[in-house]
Amino acid sequence: MSSRASILNSIKAITLEEKALPELPSFGISEEIETAFRKSIEGNKGEVLSELEFLNWLSESEWAKIYSAVSAYSSVSTIGLPDDPHELEDLNLAILEGQFGVAENGAIWLDDRQLPHRAIPFITEHLVIVLRKSRLFPTLHQAYEKIGDEHSGFGLFIAGPSKTADIEQSLVIGAHGAKSLRVVLVG
Amino acid sequence: MSHPQAATEFLKDQAKAKWHDETLWFVRDKRDRISKTIPEWEDLRNLASQIKENVLSKLDVYLEEFEQKALQNGIQVHWAANAEEHNQIVLSILQKQQCTAIVKSKSILTEECHLNPYLEKYGIEVVDTDLGERIVQFLNQPPSHIVLPAIHLKKGEISELFHEKLHTEKGNEDPAYLTHAARLHLREKFLKAKVAITGVNFAVAETGEFVVCTNEGNADMGVHLADVHIACMGIEKIIPRRKDLGVFLRLLARSATGQPVTNYNSHFRSPAKGKEIHIILVDNGRTAQLAREKFRNSLKCIRCGACMNTCPIYRRSGGFSYGSTVPGPIGSILSPGLDMKKYSTLPFASTLCGSCSDVCPVKINIHEQLYEWRQEITKTHGELGKGLSMKLANGIFKSPLAYKISGNLMRTALKTLPKSLIYHPINSWGKGRNLPETPQESFKDWYQKNRK
Repeated sequence: MSSRASILNSIKAITLEEKALPELPSFGISEEIETAFRKSIEGNKGEVLSELEFLNWLSESEWAKIYSAVSAYSSVSTIGLPDDPHELEDLNLAILEGQFGVAENGAIWLDDRQLPHRAIPFITEHLVIVLRKSRLFPTLHQAYEKIGDEHSGFGLFIAGPSKTADIEQSLVIGAHGAKSLRVVLVG
Repeated sequence: MSHPQAATEFLKDQAKAKWHDETLWFVRDKRDRISKTIPEWEDLRNLASQIKENVLSKLDVYLEEFEQKALQNGIQVHWAANAEEHNQIVLSILQKQQCTAIVKSKSILTEECHLNPYLEKYGIEVVDTDLGERIVQFLNQPPSHIVLPAIHLKKGEISELFHEKLHTEKGNEDPAYLTHAARLHLREKFLKAKVAITGVNFAVAETGEFVVCTNEGNADMGVHLADVHIACMGIEKIIPRRKDLGVFLRLLARSATGQPVTNYNSHFRSPAKGKEIHIILVDNGRTAQLAREKFRNSLKCIRCGACMNTCPIYRRSGGFSYGSTVPGPIGSILSPGLDMKKYSTLPFASTLCGSCSDVCPVKINIHEQLYEWRQEITKTHGELGKGLSMKLANGIFKSPLAYKISGNLMRTALKTLPKSLIYHPINSWGKGRNLPETPQESFKDWYQKNRK
């Protein structure tokens, strides 16, 4: 007998009374949604910028390799998209678009449509996500309602820069992935 | 080695043991504070518990649904009855890819299956990429905590280790400096690996997708650069609906480390063009645990580690004292199901205070199950428990004269024996305990005097 059959059979052999699957209420938050989102991102060691602040920051920085998947900023790209994500090893800055954000924890949803390579938000040294203010939800419950039946091969919530506290619980930003996260909230 | 023996080892370095205790309590405290910012916290725990109970009541149905959807999504699904079969499946995928070096992100299941030594036997280099796991791998140690693998180490030890392995500056103990050195070292490994292994936090039956949560981004660095992604999961990780993730992701990181959510929460549904995703569904004792009515709901666990951070025994005895892949309270109710004799002392490594059950995000009655395991173990392995003292007590209680004499002896002895007899290094019982004030007379004497 295959292991598949033996596992399923041993479960079926146990007499189990079916327990009901609960319906999920849609919990909200009491705080104003944009304020809560900003606080969450800052708590996760990210930064929230206005478009103007972002453009100023960008003009002052001297990154050699920039790739923008956001069409509004395509002119700031200094490289084209390679076929192989390994070539992005020394990418300094990636600019991506977020579909929506979650106020309670700062999580921003992106899927294959925003990610020309799935590795980009991780391999880049610094990450900028552009997000519309109107696309903020209070909690993850509303976020998953929104994602609903959409079908993407890969999707992720990013809530901050790569971080670790594995050495004596001291927080260090920039473990393996992006060393910083800037969220540009646009009107 | 029994839990008390191993705990004695841990407690030899008292300063470090104190630091361990306080650090984990700090994490527990962060969990408390963030949970109190969510008014519906208890509702979420109830919902999570009910969802998991539903899953366990029809696990076969959900597993078949998950498999069907995953196959439709282009994921290759494998089933493993035990650790050995799991390891063989991983090896066969690697051999097909002619792969001799892999990167692996945190997976407690692969620890449970002892995958690393198995693959190394076949000449495959396994690199654990979570910083804490890389540290303990350099030391040839298992993780001592499921969320904080290197919590038993101080930065001085890590600094020395990195000086030896990664040629960092001698004596530089700055966590940022050491983390950066690990980043550079592991980037090289990520860029070269053809196959990446991850664990699974949740697998969704309705969509055939699975979710992996990290703060470091190491799981994603591995899988998106590799050609093949192997995800290893215990069969109990299934949840019914995509929207159930809302409940579990709200609870997981808050319970684990007191943060609102992990920074990367990746949902894998189908492989990128030209790549492969394999998922291995592993039993390894889980269906046996499902059949044990009293212990069934230990399978609700989402591996947040909150019960470890709060446990007065875990904090003061360290993860290694348990000798099991999953240490702490939850490990002490899971492990006896795998090998009751080997893990017979674990359910006794508890004060039964119930704090573990209070913080558990899926409301497992951990302390009650610890108590139940004690009953099972005493029934099966009576000789392992408090055998000798119980026999002695049995003799004393049988004979009224012996009882009377021993009572008098004890009252005198407690008063007159030198304290050094109790408080010496060999008697671990005396550590942290005070002897009671001895009464002037026995209850029997008092009763006879006062009844008149």
